[in-house]
Order: sequence, then C-alpha cells, then structure tokens
Amino acid sequence: MSDVETGVPPESPPASTIGTAESKRTNRAKRAHRAGSDLPFLALMGALGGGYLLLILALLAADIAYTSPAHFVAALSKPEIRFAVRLTLISCTISALLSIWVATPLGYLLSRFQFRGRWLIDTALDVPVVLPPLVIGLSLLILFHLPIAGGKLDDWFQQTLGFRVTFRQPAVILAQFAVACAFAVQTMRVTFDQIDPRAEQVALTLGCRRSQAFLQVVLPQAWRGLIAAFTIAWARSLGEFGPILVFAGATRMRTEVLSTTVFLELSVGRLEAAVAVSLMMVMAAMAVLGIVRLLGARVN
Amino acid sequence: MIELCNASIRSGPFVLSDVSLTVPTGGYAILMGGTGQGKTTIVEAICGLRAVERGSVVVGGVDVTRWKAADRGIGYVPQDLALFPTMTVREHLEFALRIRRAGRTLIRQRVAELSHVLGIEGLLARRVHHLSGGEAQRVALGRALAFDPQALLLDEPLNALDETTRDRLCELLRSVQRQRGLTTLHITHSRTEARALADRLLVIESRRVTERPLAQLAAPADEKRGHSTFSGTQTSPYSAS
Repeated sequence: MSDVETGVPPESPPASTIGTAESKRTNRAKRAHRAGSDLPFLALMGALGGGYLLLILALLAADIAYTSPAHFVAALSKPEIRFAVRLTLISCTISALLSIWVATPLGYLLSRFQFRGRWLIDTALDVPVVLPPLVIGLSLLILFHLPIAGGKLDDWFQQTLGFRVTFRQPAVILAQFAVACAFAVQTMRVTFDQIDPRAEQVALTLGCRRSQAFLQVVLPQAWRGLIAAFTIAWARSLGEFGPILVFAGATRMRTEVLSTTVFLELSVGRLEAAVAVSLMMVMAAMAVLGIVRLLGARVN
Repeated sequence: MIELCNASIRSGPFVLSDVSLTVPTGGYAILMGGTGQGKTTIVEAICGLRAVERGSVVVGGVDVTRWKAADRGIGYVPQDLALFPTMTVREHLEFALRIRRAGRTLIRQRVAELSHVLGIEGLLARRVHHLSGGEAQRVALGRALAFDPQALLLDEPLNALDETTRDRLCELLRSVQRQRGLTTLHITHSRTEARALADRLLVIESRRVTERPLAQLAAPADEKRGHSTFSGTQTSPYSAS
C-alpha cells in the first residue's frame, strides 16, 4: 500500500544533513497550521454581490419615490392602458404556455439523445437568446411577407385560419414566444439533464413504452423545472418590446402591451404615466414569481 | 434459461466481445469479477438496455436479441436501485402490473402478497425518499418481481448494507427465488453473498466469462490473505466480507 493510503508521512532525512535555511523551513512547516479568519473573504463576496442587490432596490425605490397613488389611478383610468394590461396578461400567459409545450419535448430530446450534427441544433436554439430582439421582430416581419411558393405566410393564415398575424394580436404573442421559448428550452434541458435516466431505463424493463416511461416516471420529476420554465417564459414575454414594436406595431387599443405603453407615454413626455405603468409591470412580474414559487413549494 | 452466445456489446469506448454465459432454468448464478470488467454491461445487454452488436441473447428458449427491453419480461434491479422518486412504495409494486393493464383485484392481491413476503407492508404508503438502504432494496426487488418475470437480474443489490441486513436479504432472495423457480443472475463482489446464494459461479476475467466450481468460493485461506484471482480484490480488503 502506498503512503497516501496508510496515512504514514514520508520519512524526513536525518537533521544533520540539512542546511540551516532548510531546517528553518522544515520547522515552520512543522509548526501547528492555522488557517486564519474567513471573514475578509465572505465580506468581500458579500460586498460585491450586495452592490448589485442595492442597485436593483435603488431603482425600484426611485420609481416609487417619483410616482404617487394619483398617478396610478390616472393611468388605470385610461381605457388604452386598461386594454394594454389585459392584453399583456393574456399574451404573456399564452406565449408562456406555448413555450413549455414546445420546450418540454425539445429539452427532453436534447438531454437524452446524442446524434451527429447536434451542435447545429444547439446553435440554432441559441440564436433567439443572443440576437438583438429587434432583429427577431424584423425577421418575423420579413418571413410573413416573403413570397413563398406563390403566396405569403400572412395571406395563408388569413385564408386557412381566418385571421392575419402581422400588426395584430397574434403577432404580439408570436413575437413574445419566439424569444421566450428559447429560454424555456434551456431551462427544460437542464431539468432533464438533472433527472437520472436510470429510473426511466428501469421503467422500460418493467414493460413501458418510451412514452409511458416519460409520462409516468420522468415528467412527474420535472415539475419544478416546468414551473421555472413557465415563469421565465412569462417574464421574458412581459419584458419583450423590440420584436413587438416591429412585428405587431404599437397601435393603441389593438396591439399595445405594457412595454409598448411605457414607450408611447415616454415618447409624448408623460413621464408620470410611464413610471406608473413600469411599476405595474414590476408588480405583475413579482406576483407571477410569487404565485409560481408558492405552487412549486406545494408541488414538491 | 438465460443464455448469452458470443455476444459483442459496446458501452461507449468499452467493448466486450464474444461473451458467452448460461444460467440454467431455475438456477441461481453469481457473476463475479473486478471493477471495470463489464459485469453491468452484460446485465444491461441481457435486459435490453444495451444493444448487442453481434451474437445473441436467449431467454427462456426464445432469441430476444432484437427485442425491446419492455418485451423481454426480465426483472432488473440496478446497482443504484433507481426507485421512482415521485411514487409511493405501493405504486412501485403496482407499476409493472398497471402498465400491463392488470385488473384491480389482481393488483391488490399481488401487492399484498409481495409486500408480505418482502416485509414491507408497513411502508406501502410511504414515498421512497426516506427509506433505509435495506428497505429501498426490498422495494426495488418487489418492483422487479411484481409482474412475475421469467428471469431476474441483480446488479450488486446488497452493496452498502450492514451485515445483518445483508444476511437477511440473502435469505429472502434465496427463498423467493426457490419458491418461484426464478432463473437468476446476480452480480456481486462479496464471497459471503456468493456462498449463501450461488448454485453456479461465473467469473469474468480479462473480459471473458468462465464457469468455476463452487468449491472456489469456500477457500478461507485465500480469503484471509485477501488474495483472490477473480474478484479483483488482490489489494482491496473491501470485498472479502
């Protein structure tokens, strides 16, 4: 057995053969070792991290200090803003639901299967994350108006499904979904990566088809991840602005969501209304985060 | 009968080639061998979780080489047990029967019988998170036995258990196996386990499986020196328990 395994330290050479400088060093090494305080390290970490937390709180505090309940009432009394609140809540929820509907299978497949050319898919899925949102909006606009096989996608929607997409509410949802889904996919993929595939394999030996193993063994373990993916997709959709502006426009009472409202109010110089709406968005986001956390805690 | 004929199995960069082994119907074979020899790979190939590139897997006289794991009807208890974290103990015992759309009465009967035999009646409503090692083993065994498999594969099922629990589980395994006439292949490092259970000893060495006389297990002099030629324990005292 080696010394490492037995814990026996290697023998040191006889003292007489060592020079004075070296013996000093040996003595120093032999002295009882003290690691010293951890406080400076933790204080530095806390200070660096705390600075960011402080910035967020200061931003919120500044918004709150700038506004007053009267501004809220004034903002909410406007029918356009009430419309925007409703459209925001509905569109964010639909795009978040669509996102987890797509992200769950995609995350699962990417987590469980290795195949050639997978890097290509990985890269493609990262495009919405790294691309400027405005570019995604522009690309959507072009896609829906490019003549494909003698017709345009927008016209096809009109003829087969009975509604147009561009500059209408479906465009709001699609613009939100295009970006939000990429984040949901990342979350779901990490979720499935963390679920041990062994249980699923045992389920196969017990007589399951893959679908049964997925629905009965894997998916129940993915609850927390599903909730996290929904939250992230919802929050991303709430914050989406560039693609909506380009692809859906900023028409009041038609395609206006809260992020558009902030922009519209700001552009006509009504700062109070813009700040009040911003705070509404903060509260909506916090409410969703809170509800989802609560649900997550109960589920697990 | 479980039969592996000249099978080549790939597990990442690791390849086992021309592996053959036989466990006769109703037999209890112990497979021993050093770490990294491919014992788990062999078991996974038999139960259908790993593809066999060449050669064949025959279970109960039927060539199941190209069959899906689900269709082979083999009970499998993996090394890490892999219990289902979101299910109760009862749901584990019911799982394979529900998948087979068995009737309610049958399911209830089977769960009652199995939980009684395994001594886990008191745990049925529990989730698996806080089970002790021995309890978790029993649940994994019960899950694998519930659908009356024609063969049972056990991958180091009694590792990490204290001696008393291990002895008790050995007895349980033996009695369940005898009662049902289950063809069983059991991987272990432990000679004690092997002595208690085996009626056939298989050893994998240099990636070849050979059958050895059971007498080799009863070699206390060898064991005392920690000198074993087949369990990969020349330097490690852990396995000669």
